[in-house]
Amino acid sequence: MHRFANPTRFLKLARPLTWICFWSGLALVLGACIWGLAAAPADRLMGDTVRILYIHVPTAWLGMGGWVAIALASIVQLVWRHPLAGIAARAAAMPGAVFAGLCLLSGSIWGRPTWGAWWVWDGRLTSMLILFFLYIGYIALVNASSERGQTSRTAAIFGIVGAVNIPIINRSVVWWETVHQPPSITLSGSSIDSAFLWPLLASVIGFSLLFGAIVLMRMRAALADIRVEARLQRLAAA
Amino acid sequence: MSALRLIARDLRLAWTGGGLWLPILFFLAVAILYPFAVGPDAKLLRATGGAMLWIAALLAALLPIERLIRPDWESGFLDQLAVRGWADEAVAALKIAAHWLSFGPPLLLATLVGAALFDLDGDMAGTLLGGLAIATPALAALSVTIAALTARAGGGAAGLMLLPLAIPVLIFGAGSLGPNSVGAMPLLAAVSLGLTVLAPFAAGAAMRALRD
Repeated sequence: MHRFANPTRFLKLARPLTWICFWSGLALVLGACIWGLAAAPADRLMGDTVRILYIHVPTAWLGMGGWVAIALASIVQLVWRHPLAGIAARAAAMPGAVFAGLCLLSGSIWGRPTWGAWWVWDGRLTSMLILFFLYIGYIALVNASSERGQTSRTAAIFGIVGAVNIPIINRSVVWWETVHQPPSITLSGSSIDSAFLWPLLASVIGFSLLFGAIVLMRMRAALADIRVEARLQRLAAA
Repeated sequence: MSALRLIARDLRLAWTGGGLWLPILFFLAVAILYPFAVGPDAKLLRATGGAMLWIAALLAALLPIERLIRPDWESGFLDQLAVRGWADEAVAALKIAAHWLSFGPPLLLATLVGAALFDLDGDMAGTLLGGLAIATPALAALSVTIAALTARAGGGAAGLMLLPLAIPVLIFGAGSLGPNSVGAMPLLAAVSLGLTVLAPFAAGAAMRALRD
């Protein structure tokens, strides 16, 4: 892990990886969307509204996955003092918030024709909304305490504390049996027909790759910021 | 400086700095605003007043955050304690205890007034008081934790950070007032206990991070 503590070594790997992730992710997402919107069959009960699944599920997965990434990176930052972990955690916050927001938005658009309401106070929806607010709080905290290049440990502590919400979201459909359906894809198998499952899988992988590319881009931007700052300080000192 | 003297000092500061009365007056002000917003329908107020008082309690918990850790950090008081060999976690636990003493019991007294304002019946007022008595340690612990996290950055983000974390308390607390409330009170106690036990460690880590 500490092999990549050196920013130069990290950048050497990150530079090509960004574009591999970005283009393959974009291709997969576009392919999955065309597949899902045109080729995959409509659902027997829900009709064409089922197609929003190909956006909704990946964004929900990444909205939660983003905070898990923040929490893991924060633990690495606090325990091993890894210099890039704090930067990685900060880089994951904005895309995580965007994906959580997209998940809420697409779910709301889907809920209008299916449940007959834009918003239902269901356990899963509410806990996802809380996660969105946690992202906003985290970003506000990071921005407020930003001495450039300084990755504050307070943000890391909040990242770990906020992770208590993740199991609540994950279990919410089991604990509060209200409107949102229980999980269809579990470790032991899937209750979704393979005609829907394959484009969904492609879309999840594609969005995940895009997420990775965005995080890498933001990390590179943060590292470049630190370099600029350091060079300006050297110039001012000279 | 002994633990008791530390608590006494915090209580004295809360007393002289207005930290004792302001959250309570704010709590009552929010409760009084509610009938203005929804109208003076006694039946509606009786049915929803308890939940409204829960929200008012959460908002009141936000108010003292600015003065919990930041002044002590700026004046160097926390550094002095650290130099004397105090563990940050111990200081955090004592600060939580002191904050609860200045926040919990007055809030419970004010809840009696609130229950009278909304004309809650005896059972509901009892459940409300019991729930708030269980929840206020968790709210105090969360307040101190968020205060330690935002001491350097300023309190702007504090509301966005505290309220999402306090939502489980609100769900089970307000849930215990409803018609099908079996199990809500034990769950509230479990959430409150968990938050109160974990908070000194998070707050202590945040206070240590302040010294970087």
